[in-house]
Amino acid sequence: MRLRRFFRRQQWDRERSEEIESYLRIETEENVASGMPHDEAHAAALRKLGNRTLIREEIYRMNTITFFDTLIRDMRYALRLLARSPMFTSAALVTLALGIGGNTATFGVIDSILIRPLPYPHAEALVAVWHTAPGLPAFGGIASCAPSMYFTYREENRSFQQFGLWNSGGVTVTGVAEPEVARTLFVTYGVLNAVGIQPLLGRWFSQADDTPGSAETVILTYGYWHRRFGGDQAMIGRNLTIDSRPHTVVGVMPKEFSFQQSPELILPRKFARNKVSLGEFAYRGIARLKPGITITQANADQARMLGIWLQAWPAPAGFDPAIFQNAHFGPKIQPLQQEIVGDVGTALWVVMGTLGLVLLIACANVANLLLVRAEGRQQELAIRAALGAGWGRIAREMLLESITLGLMGGALGLGMAYAGLRILAAKGPATLPRLAEIGIDPLVLAFTFGVSLFSGALFGIIPLWKYAGPRVANALRGMGRTFSQGRERHRARNILVVAQVALALVLLVGSGLMIRTFQQLRSVQPGFTHPEEIQIVHSLIPQAIEKDPVRVMRMWNEILGKLAAIPGVTSVGFASQAPLEALLGFKNMNPIYAEDKRFAEGQVPPLRRIRETAPGFFKAMGTRIVAGRDFTWTDLYDQRHVAIVSENLAREWWGDPRAALGKRILENANFGWREIVGVVADVYDDGMQVKPPSAAYWPALMDRYWDSEHGFAPRFGMFAIRSNRTGTESLLAQARQAIWSVNGRQPVFLVNTLQQLYDQSMARTSFTLVMLAIAGGMALFLGIVGIYGVIAYAVSQRTREIGIRTALGAQPARLSRMFVRQALVLAGIGAVFGLTAAAALTRLMSSLLFGVKALDPVTYAGVSALLILAAVLASYFPARRAMGIDPVEALRAE
Amino acid sequence: MIEWSILNLMPRRESPLESEMLQGTLDMLVLQTLVLGPAHGHTIAHAIERGSEDVLQVEHGSLYPALHRLEDRGWIASFWGTSENNRKAKYYRLTPAGRKQLTLQTTRWEEVVRAIGRILKPATE
Repeated sequence: MRLRRFFRRQQWDRERSEEIESYLRIETEENVASGMPHDEAHAAALRKLGNRTLIREEIYRMNTITFFDTLIRDMRYALRLLARSPMFTSAALVTLALGIGGNTATFGVIDSILIRPLPYPHAEALVAVWHTAPGLPAFGGIASCAPSMYFTYREENRSFQQFGLWNSGGVTVTGVAEPEVARTLFVTYGVLNAVGIQPLLGRWFSQADDTPGSAETVILTYGYWHRRFGGDQAMIGRNLTIDSRPHTVVGVMPKEFSFQQSPELILPRKFARNKVSLGEFAYRGIARLKPGITITQANADQARMLGIWLQAWPAPAGFDPAIFQNAHFGPKIQPLQQEIVGDVGTALWVVMGTLGLVLLIACANVANLLLVRAEGRQQELAIRAALGAGWGRIAREMLLESITLGLMGGALGLGMAYAGLRILAAKGPATLPRLAEIGIDPLVLAFTFGVSLFSGALFGIIPLWKYAGPRVANALRGMGRTFSQGRERHRARNILVVAQVALALVLLVGSGLMIRTFQQLRSVQPGFTHPEEIQIVHSLIPQAIEKDPVRVMRMWNEILGKLAAIPGVTSVGFASQAPLEALLGFKNMNPIYAEDKRFAEGQVPPLRRIRETAPGFFKAMGTRIVAGRDFTWTDLYDQRHVAIVSENLAREWWGDPRAALGKRILENANFGWREIVGVVADVYDDGMQVKPPSAAYWPALMDRYWDSEHGFAPRFGMFAIRSNRTGTESLLAQARQAIWSVNGRQPVFLVNTLQQLYDQSMARTSFTLVMLAIAGGMALFLGIVGIYGVIAYAVSQRTREIGIRTALGAQPARLSRMFVRQALVLAGIGAVFGLTAAAALTRLMSSLLFGVKALDPVTYAGVSALLILAAVLASYFPARRAMGIDPVEALRAE
Repeated sequence: MIEWSILNLMPRRESPLESEMLQGTLDMLVLQTLVLGPAHGHTIAHAIERGSEDVLQVEHGSLYPALHRLEDRGWIASFWGTSENNRKAKYYRLTPAGRKQLTLQTTRWEEVVRAIGRILKPATE
């Protein structure tokens, strides 16, 4: 009520004036009516009314909230003061903008990824359905969903409103423009219903689309619809050739629909009830919980259903049912957001913490500037206090100045953060989940406002505590020129510098550790050589083009020959996938048995990486053959039962690579035993910071393998082309030509250089490294500025003293050493605190480190040395000024 | 007898007791005037004067802050109308809350007057 009137009091005032005027007119008229002349009548009316201005003031004051009124006045005063010293103000503002901007941007990222709910209606009810499987350590103790669970969970659950399975992959689309592979989301019925975003055109998949043998249908996502069909409204009912078969478009999803791996197409995943088994944990489950059901209740429900599931379905062919009994499947339903965000949280919070420290350093810097300023104003303040200004009033004024400064810095920082986030959302690492959602929302604004206010108060309180206290007499006495600077007056600034150095050291240690981690990762021998020379292209030969595996292999073989003939190509290889592509989500893993090793009944041996290769693959990759030999084309075309294993697998089972040769291994009883003919070096397939997985390599042509009864050759194939022209468009064009000359116009996709995959495997490390290095650099810079400022100020304050000392015969070099020593003492104390803090804090980032301990002595020593060096430099320049002081000038100066 | 002319001093820096009492008095008179129906400031001022047979001389200006305060408290409400001689004027009317307040104040006032009366003229029977 009062607040409203406070802001509307101008209007109130106008209205009251009008009312009073109307009073005057009525009174005058009455007076005239009673016989007075007009002038006299008006005068009498005025007399009767009293002082009009007083009345208006009276009412105006009734509507005043004194606190606000003076607040606004003081703020105006603060702005005037700040405008009067532009150097100070701009230095403080830039410092603050950097500090607050960095924090705002990081918080923006954290808010978008970790805090804000997923962009689905009632996203809190969405859960990811997983399983614990302590009996399957090979799977890491967890398992996703098998097709049979789709039936059990849909039919038996008591807690799901909707449930479905999904996975991602690629399909080829031909006949629209260039043939291409589109990122595809495969869903069973229930996934889109659970997500709950209505289609823009057409419909979701129905249960009928889900049934094997039904008409082929497809749903487009908004981006694909616009990119390929220009947003054609008459899309529904049109046909799209997917994997050489026509599919009817039944729906288009709206722009706001997003899903993991950002799909372009959505296809129904059809499970045949009579063919599914307990196995094939290749699908992710998603469910929408019924209203009021908690995660705990849902987990209990899932545990109950698992019992039913285990009884209801057979084990997959060639598998012992005991394996599934002994896996001890348990429920693991977790919020969907948790699944999507994954472990990116650690890195983000480390970055946030780092930038928080930078902000503290920035505040210390501004506080230092304010201290110098307050020193200059001390006499003014003292005089005002002596004239009767309450010290609370002066304190408020100073604090308000700082807060105004903080808010202005915050506004600038917000601008910086906005620009930064725009860049991040456009160009950020693809490994960052929910990248497209990153932006500034009200919560971020509130955060920025709070941080600005907090910083303003933080650096405002320090000079306040030093100077606004009721010590008028002291201050006034200090005005005289006969007093030199008291030691006590430097203490606050010294403490600030010590704090700055300590914080900067923490950050530098953090970035130092990341640099060491990066070095360690770079020095890993990845199992391939010169990745920048290796061009990777994928292609496929669909069933529609060639059914017979042997002829498929001959086509691959022919393409290999043409690729090898391209000028500048030194070697070529063919395999089902390239190293490091596991990071893109292609991970082929299965248990492997050895003939001479016993595995307990119903126990699953560990999972091994499986890859099918053609002769020459290891040579092209630069993977060393440790023992034995590579496959030969005869091995392939004769469909001999041979195999190659990785060195770590050979050592694990037989202790020595040579001992492995001639041993026999097996993936599945139906496929037969294979004899090891070669052992190759380990390949860091999951990134440099993960132990290389043990691997088995099969020939790319086999008589019996998974779903093919008449032999097997990979239909999705990868060519590795080693050339000095790798990455150039001309090489790619020639490669594409070579592939198409054999393979019709099938798409060429997943074009990368091995270097790109390698860099991507380091993305998280380099992201954290860059962020920490930026923060560390800022901290170092601000720390240097802080030291410089303190020493420069000390020199300027002690000019007279230096003059006297010089006059008495002190050596200039000794004088400058005195100042450098002062800086070193401050930096030293700061370093001690900083090292202690770093030892405690860097432990938090140990999960981001590789090959280096959180307490790495090299980093700690190096960073300390860097900081001491910086301190010497920062103090040397102002100290040298002390040397140049002319005693006569100095003594005359005041 | 009470010195009514001190009504003209708008109490601002006086002791709270004094100001409260004086404000309350003028407020009560304004509310009482409005019982008869809506009126504008001029009418109210004159009504108080005439009603007291000119004993209470209101400095009319002091009326407006009082009206503002009463409106703020929700005891009266205002609207723009036309005066008897066709002038635009702001009219005030009593709200239900104001009516209640008037009863309350009148009762209290009467109690005070009786009390003071007892002190000034002690029972003589």
